[in-house]
Amino acid sequence: MALLEVNDIHTYYGNIHALKGISVTVEEGEIVSLIGGNGAGKTTTLRTISGLLQPRSGNVLFAGEDLSKYRAHHLVAKGIAMVPEGRGVFARLSVSENLGMGAYHRNDKDGIAEDLERVYKLFPRLEERQNQVAGTLSGGEQQMLAMGRAMMSRPSLLLMDEPSMGLAPVLVEAIFDTIEEINKEGTTILLVEQNAHMALQVAHRGYVLQTGEIILSNSAQELQKDPTVQKAYLGIE
Amino acid sequence: MAQRFKDIDYIGLFLWLFRAAIIVIVVWGTVAKLFLGQGNAYTTKDWINFLVAGLSQGSIFALIALGYTLVYGVLFMINFAHGEFFMAGTMTATIFVALPLSASGFLDKHPVIGMLAILVVAMVVSVSVALLTERVAYRPLRRAPRLVPLITAIGASFFWQYFFAGLFGSGLIPFPELAVLRGAWMIGGVEFLKTRAVVMIASVIMLIGLYIFIMRTKTGTAIRAVAEDKDIAALMGIDVDRTISITFATGAAMAGVAGILYGLVFRQVNFIMGFVPGIKAFTAAVLGGIGSIPGAAIGGFFLGVFEAIGPPLFLEGLGIPGSHQLKDVIAFTMLVLVLIFRPQGIIGERLAEKKA
Repeated sequence: MALLEVNDIHTYYGNIHALKGISVTVEEGEIVSLIGGNGAGKTTTLRTISGLLQPRSGNVLFAGEDLSKYRAHHLVAKGIAMVPEGRGVFARLSVSENLGMGAYHRNDKDGIAEDLERVYKLFPRLEERQNQVAGTLSGGEQQMLAMGRAMMSRPSLLLMDEPSMGLAPVLVEAIFDTIEEINKEGTTILLVEQNAHMALQVAHRGYVLQTGEIILSNSAQELQKDPTVQKAYLGIE
Repeated sequence: MAQRFKDIDYIGLFLWLFRAAIIVIVVWGTVAKLFLGQGNAYTTKDWINFLVAGLSQGSIFALIALGYTLVYGVLFMINFAHGEFFMAGTMTATIFVALPLSASGFLDKHPVIGMLAILVVAMVVSVSVALLTERVAYRPLRRAPRLVPLITAIGASFFWQYFFAGLFGSGLIPFPELAVLRGAWMIGGVEFLKTRAVVMIASVIMLIGLYIFIMRTKTGTAIRAVAEDKDIAALMGIDVDRTISITFATGAAMAGVAGILYGLVFRQVNFIMGFVPGIKAFTAAVLGGIGSIPGAAIGGFFLGVFEAIGPPLFLEGLGIPGSHQLKDVIAFTMLVLVLIFRPQGIIGERLAEKKA
Protein backbone atom coordinates (compact mmCIF):
# COMPACT_ATOMS: atom_id res chain seq x y z
CA MET A 1 0.00 0.00 0.00
CA ALA A 2 1.28 3.41 -0.92
CA LEU A 3 1.83 5.92 1.90
CA LEU A 4 -0.01 8.64 -0.01
CA GLU A 5 -2.52 8.03 -2.72
CA VAL A 6 -4.17 10.95 -4.49
CA ASN A 7 -7.05 9.66 -6.62
CA ASP A 8 -8.37 11.80 -9.46
CA ILE A 9 -8.90 15.00 -7.50
CA HIS A 10 -10.72 17.99 -8.96
CA THR A 11 -10.24 21.23 -7.02
CA TYR A 12 -11.87 24.57 -7.76
CA TYR A 13 -11.21 28.17 -6.74
CA GLY A 14 -14.76 29.45 -6.99
CA ASN A 15 -15.60 28.62 -10.60
CA ILE A 16 -12.01 28.16 -11.72
CA HIS A 17 -11.27 24.52 -12.35
CA ALA A 18 -7.70 24.40 -10.98
CA LEU A 19 -7.06 20.67 -10.77
CA LYS A 20 -8.56 18.52 -13.50
CA GLY A 21 -8.13 15.02 -12.17
CA ILE A 22 -4.75 14.71 -10.49
CA SER A 23 -3.59 11.25 -9.39
CA VAL A 24 -0.32 10.86 -7.54
CA THR A 25 1.06 8.03 -5.44
CA VAL A 26 3.99 8.26 -3.06
CA GLU A 27 5.54 5.08 -1.67
CA GLU A 28 7.10 5.00 1.76
CA GLY A 29 10.71 6.18 1.74
CA GLU A 30 10.50 7.92 -1.63
CA ILE A 31 11.18 11.44 -2.76
CA VAL A 32 8.61 12.35 -5.40
CA SER A 33 8.76 15.63 -7.31
CA LEU A 34 5.91 17.48 -8.96
CA ILE A 35 7.33 19.83 -11.54
CA GLY A 36 5.65 22.32 -13.83
CA GLY A 37 5.43 25.99 -14.65
CA ASN A 38 3.50 28.80 -12.96
CA GLY A 39 -0.18 28.05 -12.58
CA ALA A 40 0.24 24.36 -13.36
CA GLY A 41 -1.54 23.43 -10.12
CA LYS A 42 1.45 22.29 -8.06
CA THR A 43 0.67 24.39 -5.00
CA THR A 44 -3.06 23.68 -5.32
CA THR A 45 -2.28 19.96 -5.25
CA LEU A 46 -0.30 20.35 -2.02
CA ARG A 47 -2.96 22.56 -0.44
CA THR A 48 -5.60 19.96 -1.30
CA ILE A 49 -3.55 17.14 0.21
CA SER A 50 -2.93 19.18 3.37
CA GLY A 51 -6.64 19.90 3.83
CA LEU A 52 -6.50 23.68 3.28
CA LEU A 53 -8.59 23.14 0.15
CA GLN A 54 -11.32 20.54 -0.33
CA PRO A 55 -11.49 18.65 -3.63
CA ARG A 56 -14.90 18.72 -5.29
CA SER A 57 -14.40 15.11 -6.36
CA GLY A 58 -11.75 12.47 -5.90
CA ASN A 59 -10.04 11.61 -2.65
CA VAL A 60 -6.74 11.55 -0.82
CA LEU A 61 -5.70 8.41 1.07
CA PHE A 62 -2.93 8.52 3.63
CA ALA A 63 -1.74 5.10 4.82
CA GLY A 64 -5.00 3.80 3.42
CA GLU A 65 -7.20 6.26 5.33
CA ASP A 66 -9.45 8.75 3.53
CA LEU A 67 -8.44 12.25 4.65
CA SER A 68 -11.61 14.03 3.52
CA LYS A 69 -13.21 13.70 6.96
CA TYR A 70 -10.34 15.60 8.61
CA ARG A 71 -9.63 19.31 8.75
CA ALA A 72 -6.19 20.76 8.06
CA HIS A 73 -5.16 20.95 11.73
CA HIS A 74 -5.83 17.24 12.29
CA LEU A 75 -3.32 16.11 9.69
CA VAL A 76 -0.14 16.92 11.62
CA ALA A 77 -1.06 14.35 14.23
CA LYS A 78 -1.59 11.83 11.41
CA GLY A 79 2.02 12.38 10.31
CA ILE A 80 1.78 14.91 7.49
CA ALA A 81 3.81 18.12 7.75
CA MET A 82 4.16 20.93 5.26
CA VAL A 83 6.90 23.38 4.39
CA PRO A 84 4.67 26.02 2.82
CA GLU A 85 5.28 28.16 -0.23
CA GLY A 86 7.23 31.31 0.61
CA ARG A 87 8.37 29.60 3.83
CA GLY A 88 5.48 30.88 5.94
CA VAL A 89 7.45 31.33 9.12
CA PHE A 90 5.72 33.31 11.87
CA ALA A 91 7.67 36.54 11.43
CA ARG A 92 6.94 37.98 14.88
CA LEU A 93 7.65 34.77 16.77
CA SER A 94 11.20 33.84 17.76
CA VAL A 95 13.03 30.99 16.06
CA SER A 96 12.50 28.67 19.02
CA GLU A 97 8.81 29.64 19.27
CA ASN A 98 8.40 28.81 15.57
CA LEU A 99 9.98 25.42 16.15
CA GLY A 100 7.73 24.94 19.18
CA MET A 101 4.67 25.54 17.01
CA GLY A 102 5.85 22.70 14.77
CA ALA A 103 5.48 20.38 17.74
CA TYR A 104 2.18 21.98 18.82
CA HIS A 105 0.14 18.76 18.86
CA ARG A 106 2.74 16.82 20.84
CA ASN A 107 2.96 16.48 24.60
CA ASP A 108 6.03 14.22 24.93
CA LYS A 109 8.54 16.67 26.37
CA ASP A 110 11.52 14.33 25.99
CA GLY A 111 10.70 13.52 22.39
CA ILE A 112 10.31 17.20 21.57
CA ALA A 113 13.66 18.03 23.17
CA GLU A 114 15.26 15.21 21.20
CA ASP A 115 13.82 16.47 17.91
CA LEU A 116 14.83 20.04 18.73
CA GLU A 117 18.40 18.81 19.17
CA ARG A 118 18.18 16.98 15.85
CA VAL A 119 16.89 20.11 14.07
CA TYR A 120 19.64 22.23 15.61
CA LYS A 121 22.20 19.65 14.48
CA LEU A 122 20.78 19.76 10.96
CA PHE A 123 20.69 23.58 10.97
CA PRO A 124 23.27 24.95 13.44
CA ARG A 125 22.40 28.45 12.23
CA LEU A 126 18.98 28.14 13.84
CA GLU A 127 20.48 27.33 17.23
CA GLU A 128 22.65 30.44 17.06
CA ARG A 129 19.56 32.54 16.37
CA GLN A 130 17.03 30.76 18.55
CA ASN A 131 15.92 33.91 20.38
CA GLN A 132 15.84 36.09 17.29
CA VAL A 133 12.51 37.06 15.77
CA ALA A 134 11.97 34.99 12.59
CA GLY A 135 11.12 38.05 10.47
CA THR A 136 14.72 39.26 10.82
CA LEU A 137 16.25 36.07 9.37
CA SER A 138 17.60 35.90 5.82
CA GLY A 139 15.64 34.02 3.16
CA GLY A 140 17.86 30.95 3.44
CA GLU A 141 17.59 30.90 7.23
CA GLN A 142 13.82 31.23 6.99
CA GLN A 143 13.74 28.24 4.66
CA MET A 144 15.80 26.26 7.17
CA LEU A 145 13.40 27.35 9.90
CA ALA A 146 10.36 26.27 7.87
CA MET A 147 11.97 22.88 7.27
CA GLY A 148 13.06 22.52 10.88
CA ARG A 149 9.59 23.48 12.08
CA ALA A 150 8.02 20.80 9.89
CA MET A 151 10.53 18.24 11.20
CA MET A 152 9.48 19.08 14.76
CA SER A 153 6.22 17.21 14.23
CA ARG A 154 8.23 14.05 13.42
CA PRO A 155 6.29 13.54 10.19
CA SER A 156 6.16 10.38 8.12
CA LEU A 157 5.30 12.47 5.04
CA LEU A 158 6.81 15.89 4.38
CA LEU A 159 5.17 18.12 1.78
CA MET A 160 7.50 20.81 0.47
CA ASP A 161 6.33 23.71 -1.65
CA GLU A 162 9.09 25.43 -3.69
CA PRO A 163 11.92 25.18 -1.16
CA SER A 164 14.34 26.78 -3.64
CA MET A 165 12.22 29.86 -4.32
CA GLY A 166 14.18 33.10 -4.15
CA LEU A 167 17.37 31.54 -2.80
CA ALA A 168 20.94 31.95 -4.05
CA PRO A 169 22.28 28.92 -5.98
CA VAL A 170 24.68 27.94 -3.18
CA LEU A 171 21.82 27.85 -0.71
CA VAL A 172 19.65 25.89 -3.12
CA GLU A 173 22.35 23.19 -3.23
CA ALA A 174 22.51 23.14 0.57
CA ILE A 175 18.73 22.92 0.93
CA PHE A 176 18.53 20.00 -1.51
CA ASP A 177 21.37 18.23 0.30
CA THR A 178 19.34 18.55 3.47
CA ILE A 179 16.23 17.24 1.73
CA GLU A 180 18.16 14.10 0.77
CA GLU A 181 19.49 13.79 4.29
CA ILE A 182 16.02 14.07 5.83
CA ASN A 183 14.81 11.43 3.37
CA LYS A 184 17.66 9.07 4.24
CA GLU A 185 16.68 9.33 7.90
CA GLY A 186 13.34 7.83 6.89
CA THR A 187 10.96 10.68 6.01
CA THR A 188 8.98 10.34 2.78
CA ILE A 189 8.95 13.56 0.77
CA LEU A 190 6.59 15.02 -1.80
CA LEU A 191 8.31 17.98 -3.37
CA VAL A 192 6.84 20.70 -5.57
CA GLU A 193 9.39 22.66 -7.58
CA GLN A 194 9.84 25.02 -10.49
CA ASN A 195 13.55 24.25 -10.38
CA ALA A 196 13.06 21.00 -12.31
CA HIS A 197 16.78 20.38 -12.60
CA MET A 198 17.33 20.15 -8.83
CA ALA A 199 14.00 18.49 -8.18
CA LEU A 200 14.68 15.62 -10.56
CA GLN A 201 18.21 15.21 -9.30
CA VAL A 202 17.13 14.35 -5.73
CA ALA A 203 13.85 12.59 -6.55
CA HIS A 204 13.18 8.94 -7.21
CA ARG A 205 10.14 9.63 -9.32
CA GLY A 206 8.49 12.66 -10.81
CA TYR A 207 5.24 13.98 -12.24
CA VAL A 208 4.95 16.81 -14.74
CA LEU A 209 1.94 19.08 -14.34
CA GLN A 210 0.50 21.42 -16.91
CA THR A 211 -2.66 23.53 -16.41
CA GLY A 212 -4.13 21.26 -13.79
CA GLU A 213 -3.33 17.95 -15.42
CA ILE A 214 -0.53 15.42 -15.22
CA ILE A 215 1.05 15.12 -18.64
CA LEU A 216 3.96 12.84 -17.75
CA SER A 217 5.05 10.57 -14.95
CA ASN A 218 8.11 8.39 -14.74
CA SER A 219 11.24 7.71 -12.75
CA ALA A 220 13.35 10.82 -12.22
CA GLN A 221 16.14 9.50 -14.45
CA GLU A 222 13.80 8.82 -17.34
CA LEU A 223 12.17 12.24 -16.96
CA GLN A 224 15.55 13.93 -17.11
CA LYS A 225 16.11 12.21 -20.47
CA ASP A 226 12.63 12.98 -21.80
CA PRO A 227 12.80 15.45 -24.72
CA THR A 228 9.64 17.35 -23.67
CA VAL A 229 10.95 17.81 -20.15
CA GLN A 230 14.38 18.78 -21.38
CA LYS A 231 12.93 21.38 -23.67
CA ALA A 232 10.24 22.86 -21.44
CA TYR A 233 11.70 22.55 -17.96
CA LEU A 234 15.43 21.90 -18.12
CA GLY A 235 16.27 24.45 -20.79
CA ILE A 236 18.06 21.90 -22.96
CA GLU A 237 17.37 22.25 -26.71
CA MET B 1 3.38 81.99 -9.71
CA ALA B 2 -0.09 80.73 -10.47
CA GLN B 3 1.33 77.26 -10.80
CA ARG B 4 2.93 77.51 -7.41
CA PHE B 5 -0.28 78.65 -5.80
CA LYS B 6 -2.00 75.52 -7.08
CA ASP B 7 0.59 73.32 -5.45
CA ILE B 8 -0.48 74.27 -1.93
CA ASP B 9 -1.91 71.23 -0.28
CA TYR B 10 -5.02 72.58 1.46
CA ILE B 11 -5.61 69.51 3.56
CA GLY B 12 -2.00 69.52 4.71
CA LEU B 13 -2.25 73.21 5.51
CA PHE B 14 -5.44 72.69 7.49
CA LEU B 15 -3.86 69.84 9.45
CA TRP B 16 -0.85 71.98 10.30
CA LEU B 17 -3.08 74.83 11.47
CA PHE B 18 -5.19 72.39 13.45
CA ARG B 19 -2.12 70.94 15.11
CA ALA B 20 -0.76 74.40 15.89
CA ALA B 21 -4.14 75.51 17.29
CA ILE B 22 -4.28 72.52 19.64
CA ILE B 23 -0.77 73.17 20.89
CA VAL B 24 -1.53 76.87 21.42
CA ILE B 25 -4.69 76.06 23.38
CA VAL B 26 -2.94 73.50 25.56
CA VAL B 27 0.07 75.73 26.23
CA TRP B 28 -2.05 78.81 26.84
CA GLY B 29 -4.36 76.92 29.20
CA THR B 30 -1.45 75.44 31.10
CA VAL B 31 0.38 78.73 31.46
CA ALA B 32 -2.78 80.52 32.55
CA LYS B 33 -3.40 77.80 35.12
CA LEU B 34 0.08 77.44 36.57
CA PHE B 35 1.49 80.96 36.34
CA LEU B 36 -1.46 83.32 36.17
CA GLY B 37 -3.46 81.51 38.82
CA GLN B 38 -6.69 81.14 36.85
CA GLY B 39 -9.43 78.99 38.37
CA ASN B 40 -9.07 76.96 41.56
CA ALA B 41 -5.72 76.87 43.28
CA TYR B 42 -4.38 73.32 43.54
CA THR B 43 -1.58 72.13 45.76
CA THR B 44 0.98 69.50 44.78
CA LYS B 45 -1.07 67.01 46.79
CA ASP B 46 -4.11 67.74 44.66
CA TRP B 47 -2.13 67.14 41.50
CA ILE B 48 -0.87 63.83 42.85
CA ASN B 49 -4.43 62.92 43.67
CA PHE B 50 -5.50 63.70 40.11
CA LEU B 51 -2.66 61.54 38.86
CA VAL B 52 -3.60 58.62 41.12
CA ALA B 53 -7.25 58.89 40.15
CA GLY B 54 -6.21 58.94 36.50
CA LEU B 55 -3.97 55.91 36.83
CA SER B 56 -6.66 53.99 38.64
CA GLN B 57 -9.30 54.86 36.04
CA GLY B 58 -6.74 54.17 33.31
CA SER B 59 -6.03 50.71 34.66
CA ILE B 60 -9.71 49.83 34.12
CA PHE B 61 -9.53 51.18 30.57
CA ALA B 62 -6.39 49.13 30.03
CA LEU B 63 -8.10 45.89 31.09
CA ILE B 64 -11.02 46.50 28.73
CA ALA B 65 -8.74 47.71 25.93
CA LEU B 66 -6.94 44.35 25.95
CA GLY B 67 -10.12 42.66 24.74
CA TYR B 68 -10.32 44.95 21.72
CA THR B 69 -6.66 44.54 20.93
CA LEU B 70 -6.58 40.74 21.28
CA VAL B 71 -9.56 40.24 19.00
CA TYR B 72 -8.26 42.79 16.52
CA GLY B 73 -4.92 41.02 16.55
CA VAL B 74 -6.37 37.69 15.41
CA LEU B 75 -9.39 38.76 13.32
CA PHE B 76 -8.70 42.37 12.24
CA MET B 77 -12.13 43.11 13.54
CA ILE B 78 -13.30 45.75 16.03
CA ASN B 79 -15.55 43.88 18.40
CA PHE B 80 -17.97 46.64 19.35
CA ALA B 81 -19.90 44.25 21.59
CA HIS B 82 -16.91 44.05 23.94
CA GLY B 83 -18.36 46.74 26.25
CA GLU B 84 -21.39 44.47 26.66
CA PHE B 85 -19.22 41.53 27.74
CA PHE B 86 -17.98 43.89 30.47
CA MET B 87 -21.54 44.85 31.45
CA ALA B 88 -23.01 41.33 31.34
CA GLY B 89 -20.59 39.84 33.86
CA THR B 90 -20.74 42.82 36.19
CA MET B 91 -24.52 43.09 36.30
CA THR B 92 -25.03 39.38 36.86
CA ALA B 93 -22.37 39.17 39.56
CA THR B 94 -23.70 42.29 41.28
CA ILE B 95 -27.29 41.07 41.42
CA PHE B 96 -26.71 37.41 42.19
CA VAL B 97 -23.54 37.52 44.29
CA ALA B 98 -22.45 40.97 45.47
CA LEU B 99 -25.81 42.22 46.78
CA PRO B 100 -26.83 38.98 48.57
CA LEU B 101 -23.35 38.59 50.09
CA SER B 102 -23.43 42.21 51.22
CA ALA B 103 -26.95 41.91 52.68
CA SER B 104 -26.00 38.82 54.69
CA GLY B 105 -22.91 40.56 56.04
CA PHE B 106 -20.58 37.93 54.53
CA LEU B 107 -18.85 40.44 52.29
CA ASP B 108 -17.72 42.56 55.22
CA LYS B 109 -16.69 39.56 57.31
CA HIS B 110 -14.72 37.81 54.56
CA PRO B 111 -14.00 40.54 52.00
CA VAL B 112 -11.33 38.57 50.13
CA ILE B 113 -13.37 35.39 49.65
CA GLY B 114 -16.43 37.47 48.85
CA MET B 115 -14.63 39.53 46.23
CA LEU B 116 -13.10 36.41 44.67
CA ALA B 117 -16.57 34.86 44.38
CA ILE B 118 -17.89 38.04 42.74
CA LEU B 119 -14.94 38.15 40.34
CA VAL B 120 -15.26 34.49 39.36
CA VAL B 121 -18.97 34.83 38.61
CA ALA B 122 -18.38 38.03 36.61
CA MET B 123 -15.62 36.37 34.58
CA VAL B 124 -17.66 33.23 33.91
CA VAL B 125 -20.67 35.24 32.70
CA SER B 126 -18.57 37.59 30.57
CA VAL B 127 -16.73 34.68 29.00
CA SER B 128 -19.97 32.79 28.30
CA VAL B 129 -21.56 35.82 26.65
CA ALA B 130 -18.40 36.35 24.57
CA LEU B 131 -18.19 32.73 23.44
CA LEU B 132 -21.86 32.69 22.51
CA THR B 133 -21.55 35.95 20.56
CA GLU B 134 -18.46 34.72 18.72
CA ARG B 135 -20.03 31.40 17.82
CA VAL B 136 -23.41 32.73 16.73
CA ALA B 137 -22.71 36.18 15.33
CA TYR B 138 -19.06 36.27 14.20
CA ARG B 139 -17.81 32.83 13.22
CA PRO B 140 -20.30 32.23 10.39
CA LEU B 141 -19.21 35.58 8.91
CA ARG B 142 -15.47 35.04 9.14
CA ARG B 143 -15.01 34.98 5.37
CA ALA B 144 -17.44 37.85 4.74
CA PRO B 145 -16.19 41.35 3.82
CA ARG B 146 -14.83 43.22 6.80
CA LEU B 147 -17.75 45.62 7.10
CA VAL B 148 -20.18 42.75 7.74
CA PRO B 149 -18.85 41.52 11.13
CA LEU B 150 -18.52 45.17 12.19
CA ILE B 151 -22.25 45.68 11.65
CA THR B 152 -23.05 42.39 13.38
CA ALA B 153 -20.93 43.51 16.32
CA ILE B 154 -22.97 46.68 16.70
CA GLY B 155 -26.13 44.55 16.45
CA ALA B 156 -24.80 42.15 19.09
CA SER B 157 -23.99 45.11 21.31
CA PHE B 158 -27.61 46.34 21.23
CA PHE B 159 -28.89 42.79 21.62
CA TRP B 160 -27.02 42.28 24.88
CA GLN B 161 -27.83 45.76 26.23
CA TYR B 162 -31.55 45.29 25.89
CA PHE B 163 -31.42 41.63 26.79
CA PHE B 164 -29.97 42.62 30.17
CA ALA B 165 -32.27 45.63 30.48
CA GLY B 166 -35.19 43.24 30.03
CA LEU B 167 -33.76 40.73 32.47
CA PHE B 168 -32.75 43.07 35.31
CA GLY B 169 -34.62 46.30 34.58
CA SER B 170 -33.14 49.52 33.30
CA GLY B 171 -32.63 51.31 36.62
CA LEU B 172 -29.32 51.86 38.37
CA ILE B 173 -28.37 49.03 40.68
CA PRO B 174 -26.10 49.92 43.61
CA PHE B 175 -22.83 48.03 43.92
CA PRO B 176 -22.14 47.32 47.61
CA GLU B 177 -19.46 49.27 49.40
CA LEU B 178 -16.76 47.25 51.11
CA ALA B 179 -16.06 48.40 54.65
CA VAL B 180 -12.38 47.51 54.35
CA LEU B 181 -11.99 49.78 51.34
CA ARG B 182 -13.44 52.85 53.05
CA GLY B 183 -11.03 55.70 53.63
CA ALA B 184 -7.50 56.21 52.47
CA TRP B 185 -3.92 55.18 53.12
CA MET B 186 -1.39 57.91 53.82
CA ILE B 187 1.90 57.29 52.06
CA GLY B 188 4.54 60.02 52.28
CA GLY B 189 1.95 62.63 53.17
CA VAL B 190 -0.17 61.80 50.14
CA GLU B 191 -3.61 60.28 50.47
CA PHE B 192 -4.33 57.19 48.44
CA LEU B 193 -8.00 56.27 48.42
CA LYS B 194 -8.08 52.58 49.24
CA THR B 195 -10.50 51.70 46.46
CA ARG B 196 -8.34 53.35 43.84
CA ALA B 197 -5.18 51.71 45.09
CA VAL B 198 -6.80 48.26 45.15
CA VAL B 199 -8.24 48.74 41.67
CA MET B 200 -4.86 49.73 40.33
CA ILE B 201 -3.02 46.84 41.98
CA ALA B 202 -5.61 44.31 40.82
CA SER B 203 -5.44 45.62 37.26
CA VAL B 204 -1.68 45.54 37.13
CA ILE B 205 -1.67 41.93 38.39
CA MET B 206 -4.15 40.98 35.67
CA LEU B 207 -2.13 42.81 33.00
CA ILE B 208 1.08 41.04 33.98
CA GLY B 209 -0.75 37.70 34.13
CA LEU B 210 -2.15 38.22 30.66
CA TYR B 211 1.23 39.23 29.27
CA ILE B 212 2.80 36.06 30.65
CA PHE B 213 -0.07 33.99 29.25
CA ILE B 214 0.34 35.43 25.75
CA MET B 215 4.12 35.52 25.64
CA ARG B 216 5.15 32.46 27.62
CA THR B 217 2.56 29.70 27.29
CA LYS B 218 1.95 27.37 24.38
CA THR B 219 -1.66 28.54 24.00
CA GLY B 220 -0.53 32.17 24.04
CA THR B 221 2.06 31.45 21.37
CA ALA B 222 -0.63 29.72 19.31
CA ILE B 223 -2.78 32.88 19.60
CA ARG B 224 0.13 34.92 18.23
CA ALA B 225 0.67 32.36 15.45
CA VAL B 226 -3.01 32.50 14.45
CA ALA B 227 -2.80 36.30 14.47
CA GLU B 228 -0.02 36.10 11.89
CA ASP B 229 -1.34 33.46 9.52
CA LYS B 230 -4.37 31.24 10.03
CA ASP B 231 -3.59 28.78 7.22
CA ILE B 232 -0.03 28.17 8.34
CA ALA B 233 -1.21 27.89 11.94
CA ALA B 234 -3.66 25.18 10.85
CA LEU B 235 -0.82 23.35 9.08
CA MET B 236 1.01 23.31 12.43
CA GLY B 237 -1.93 21.46 13.92
CA ILE B 238 -3.40 24.49 15.68
CA ASP B 239 -7.20 24.43 15.81
CA VAL B 240 -7.80 27.96 14.55
CA ASP B 241 -11.48 28.20 15.54
CA ARG B 242 -10.72 27.03 19.05
CA THR B 243 -7.81 29.46 19.37
CA ILE B 244 -10.03 32.34 18.27
CA SER B 245 -12.59 31.31 20.91
CA ILE B 246 -9.83 31.30 23.53
CA THR B 247 -8.84 34.80 22.42
CA PHE B 248 -12.40 36.06 22.88
CA ALA B 249 -12.63 34.29 26.23
CA THR B 250 -9.38 35.83 27.46
CA GLY B 251 -10.49 39.34 26.54
CA ALA B 252 -13.88 38.78 28.12
CA ALA B 253 -12.37 37.47 31.36
CA MET B 254 -10.34 40.69 31.60
CA ALA B 255 -13.52 42.67 30.91
CA GLY B 256 -15.34 40.78 33.69
CA VAL B 257 -12.66 41.78 36.21
CA ALA B 258 -12.64 45.35 34.88
CA GLY B 259 -16.42 45.52 35.39
CA ILE B 260 -16.20 44.59 39.06
CA LEU B 261 -13.38 47.09 39.61
CA TYR B 262 -15.57 49.69 37.88
CA GLY B 263 -18.38 48.75 40.28
CA LEU B 264 -16.07 49.26 43.27
CA VAL B 265 -15.14 52.75 42.08
CA PHE B 266 -18.50 54.03 40.80
CA ARG B 267 -20.70 51.92 43.10
CA GLN B 268 -23.51 51.52 40.60
CA VAL B 269 -24.17 49.35 37.58
CA ASN B 270 -26.82 49.23 34.86
CA PHE B 271 -27.46 47.81 31.41
CA ILE B 272 -25.80 50.67 29.55
CA MET B 273 -22.67 50.82 31.72
CA GLY B 274 -20.59 49.10 29.03
CA PHE B 275 -21.09 51.73 26.38
CA VAL B 276 -18.92 54.65 27.46
CA PRO B 277 -16.11 52.59 29.06
CA GLY B 278 -16.19 50.39 25.94
CA ILE B 279 -15.70 53.33 23.60
CA LYS B 280 -13.07 54.83 25.89
CA ALA B 281 -11.19 51.55 26.05
CA PHE B 282 -11.38 51.28 22.28
CA THR B 283 -9.87 54.77 22.17
CA ALA B 284 -7.16 53.60 24.55
CA ALA B 285 -6.44 50.58 22.35
CA VAL B 286 -6.11 52.77 19.26
CA LEU B 287 -4.06 55.28 21.24
CA GLY B 288 -1.55 52.62 22.25
CA GLY B 289 -1.59 50.92 18.86
CA ILE B 290 -4.36 48.44 18.22
CA GLY B 291 -3.18 44.84 18.04
CA SER B 292 -0.38 45.49 20.54
CA ILE B 293 -0.83 44.21 24.10
CA PRO B 294 1.60 46.59 25.80
CA GLY B 295 0.04 49.29 23.60
CA ALA B 296 -3.41 48.63 25.07
CA ALA B 297 -2.04 48.87 28.61
CA ILE B 298 -0.09 52.05 27.92
CA GLY B 299 -3.01 53.56 26.00
CA GLY B 300 -5.35 52.84 28.91
CA PHE B 301 -3.14 54.48 31.52
CA PHE B 302 -2.38 57.38 29.20
CA LEU B 303 -6.06 58.05 28.56
CA GLY B 304 -6.96 57.77 32.24
CA VAL B 305 -4.26 60.22 33.30
CA PHE B 306 -5.05 62.61 30.47
CA GLU B 307 -8.72 62.67 31.41
CA ALA B 308 -7.93 63.29 35.06
CA ILE B 309 -5.24 65.94 34.63
CA GLY B 310 -6.37 67.50 31.36
CA PRO B 311 -9.43 69.40 32.56
CA PRO B 312 -7.81 71.12 35.56
CA LEU B 313 -4.58 71.72 33.70
CA PHE B 314 -5.60 72.95 30.23
CA LEU B 315 -9.24 73.83 30.51
CA GLU B 316 -9.69 75.60 33.83
CA GLY B 317 -6.97 78.04 32.85
CA LEU B 318 -8.99 78.98 29.79
CA GLY B 319 -11.84 80.00 32.06
CA ILE B 320 -14.17 77.19 30.99
CA PRO B 321 -16.68 76.79 33.80
CA GLY B 322 -17.60 73.09 33.86
CA SER B 323 -14.21 71.85 32.81
CA HIS B 324 -14.61 68.42 34.40
CA GLN B 325 -17.62 67.77 32.22
CA LEU B 326 -15.24 68.08 29.31
CA LYS B 327 -13.12 65.05 30.10
CA ASP B 328 -14.96 63.03 27.47
CA VAL B 329 -14.25 65.80 24.98
CA ILE B 330 -10.58 65.41 25.79
CA ALA B 331 -10.74 61.65 25.33
CA PHE B 332 -12.35 61.81 21.93
CA THR B 333 -10.28 64.78 20.77
CA MET B 334 -7.29 62.60 21.51
CA LEU B 335 -8.79 59.77 19.47
CA VAL B 336 -9.23 62.08 16.50
CA LEU B 337 -5.73 63.53 16.91
CA VAL B 338 -4.17 60.08 17.10
CA LEU B 339 -6.05 58.90 14.04
CA ILE B 340 -4.88 61.95 12.11
CA PHE B 341 -1.29 62.25 13.21
CA ARG B 342 -0.23 58.82 14.39
CA PRO B 343 -2.61 56.19 13.04
CA GLN B 344 -0.36 53.38 14.25
CA GLY B 345 -0.72 54.55 17.87
CA ILE B 346 1.95 55.15 20.50
CA ILE B 347 3.82 51.88 19.99
CA GLY B 348 1.79 50.13 17.31
CA GLU B 349 2.73 49.17 13.79
CA ARG B 350 1.24 50.95 10.81
CA LEU B 351 -2.15 49.47 10.03
CA ALA B 352 -1.48 49.68 6.32
CA GLU B 353 1.54 47.42 6.64
CA LYS B 354 -0.46 44.67 8.24
CA LYS B 355 -2.17 42.40 5.83
CA ALA B 356 -5.89 42.54 6.19
